[in-house]
Amino acid sequence: MINVLKSIVLGSTFALALAGSVSAASLTVGFSQIGSESGWRAAETSVTKQQAEKRGVDLKFADAQQKQENQIKAIRGFVAQGVDAILVAPVVATGWEAVLQEAKDADIPVILLDRGIDGSPDLYMTMVASDQVLEGKVAGEWLVKQAAGKECNVVELQGTTGSSPAINRKKGFEEAIAGTPTIKIIRSQTGDFTRAKGKEVMEGFLKAESGGKNICALYAHNDDMAVGAIQAIKEAGLKPGTDIKVVSIDAVPDIFKAMADGEANATVELTPNMAGPAFDALEKFKADGTLPPKQIITESKLYTQADDPMKVYEEKKGLGY
Amino acid sequence: MSSRLLPFYATLAIFVLAYGVCVFQFPNMLSTRVAGNLLTDNAFLGIVAVGMTFVILSGGIDLSVGAVIGFTTVLIAVLISWYGMHPLLAFAIALAISTTFGAAMGVVIHYLDVPAFIVTLAGMFLARGMAFVITTDSIPISHEFYTALQGLYLRLPGGGRLTLIGGLMVLVFAFGIVLAHFTRFGSYVYALGGNKTSAELMGVPVARTTVGIYALSGFLAGLAGVVFSLYTSAGYSLSAVGVELDTIAAVVIGGTLLTGGVGLVAGTFVGVIIQGLIQTYIVFDGTLSSWWTKIVVGLLLFAFITLQRLLVVLSDRKRLLRNAPS
Repeated sequence: MINVLKSIVLGSTFALALAGSVSAASLTVGFSQIGSESGWRAAETSVTKQQAEKRGVDLKFADAQQKQENQIKAIRGFVAQGVDAILVAPVVATGWEAVLQEAKDADIPVILLDRGIDGSPDLYMTMVASDQVLEGKVAGEWLVKQAAGKECNVVELQGTTGSSPAINRKKGFEEAIAGTPTIKIIRSQTGDFTRAKGKEVMEGFLKAESGGKNICALYAHNDDMAVGAIQAIKEAGLKPGTDIKVVSIDAVPDIFKAMADGEANATVELTPNMAGPAFDALEKFKADGTLPPKQIITESKLYTQADDPMKVYEEKKGLGY
Repeated sequence: MSSRLLPFYATLAIFVLAYGVCVFQFPNMLSTRVAGNLLTDNAFLGIVAVGMTFVILSGGIDLSVGAVIGFTTVLIAVLISWYGMHPLLAFAIALAISTTFGAAMGVVIHYLDVPAFIVTLAGMFLARGMAFVITTDSIPISHEFYTALQGLYLRLPGGGRLTLIGGLMVLVFAFGIVLAHFTRFGSYVYALGGNKTSAELMGVPVARTTVGIYALSGFLAGLAGVVFSLYTSAGYSLSAVGVELDTIAAVVIGGTLLTGGVGLVAGTFVGVIIQGLIQTYIVFDGTLSSWWTKIVVGLLLFAFITLQRLLVVLSDRKRLLRNAPS
């Protein structure tokens, strides 16, 4: 008896709540974030919050502490709450069918940020991600322009062996320099995406190439390794940025400091602003029902010493990198 | 008797109060959707917590359950996806292994007289290590039978869903309640946790009961693994890390005395749901850090351990007063 009464009450409050959320002008969006395992991830969270505030979106933020079960719980909670859309940065690629189907049954659009999932693309509205091959390509093209036809030997610090950014960033760079026979990669090794390993491997490169005289440029798959390598170059008595040009990817604050000091030359940005394009697509969809393309590629912007690195450093410093 | 059940009533009161506060702030929380989610999302935790309740009631502890869940998910995923086995057969194999694993730990604990803490700690490393040896990748399970199982749910009025795994948890709790309070095995468990020596003197088959308890805990951890793999449709060696601690917390918040002998299986249910409620509240609020879950659980644990200790001290004093010559 009590149960029956309860379910009647439950049903009516739920209907009321639904009606309330439809009439409200601003959007309520749930965001299930993986965690804050890296500086970039933390920056993505702060940029998402900023973007939501700027647009007057009521953002419900849930940090999953690197656990998929927490993400599934959060998504279910968002559905129960009746949010207008859900953003997810999936921690792993598998196991999303059931919960995303539930969101779909409730007519709540889901947008994936920064990583894809295995499963039917019908389960989400769109995916916002960077093009890792393009990032490598932009870095390569910059170097081709810099070398201007002169002979240039490049050493490469790869990311973690077998990881997709390492594979794709290498591929993109090689594609960009393929048409220029004067630019050659003479040494390439993994620096595991870390500062310490980047320094260590660069020391090895410098020793092997007669103190670094043969090396004209360094290409690092991320900024952290580049920062480590810059240290190694300085310790070897060479000037990073002049004797050996340094180009890397990610655009974390520290590399802008190095660029301001003239020790690094260029970086390609992996933008932490995945939410901006996602909100754009969502607002458009809510306004007139336009469905975005299944994949939205973020811009891979090139920053050089000419782009006032100190100013960018100040802007990025507070994002939590 | 009633003072011994006080922690349980306290838990129940806290739960009702907390839910009331949640509903007052977010009326949406009073929906069958949230109720259904609480059951579905905490299904694996609830199932494994039933086993843990028996272990703790008997005065022991089982730290291996999280690792056993992780191992089971990987084993099932590999059997289905790599060897093309039917899921039901894979479930049977996984449950057989996890039950044997639990029983073996029980044997070591009883016959070698090693503290359960150490034995199950070793079991935890062993099971987690085995999962990593099989594979470190997250393996998707795509099988028609899985999709069918995941699609099974009872639609509740108001849009909520009682899923298969949520229903299974409720069944396991019902089974646990019957086993604890209406069978001989149940009374042996309570006797063992109350005082091992006097239990032995009373004729409780200590060896059989101990092995049975850890086998049950292993079986339910395996079942939780099955549920977890249904929940995420994948097997991953890093899944359910730290679940053993959440489980112990649920049991203690549910009013079971950590030293054994006192507690209710139903209390554990409330303990599990309280943890789920905190997480749901944080998602609904949307601005709190999710680590508040841990902080609140920590505070609750502390409060309950203090409460239990106070009750024990008070009842001792009462007994002393009663026995004092007047």
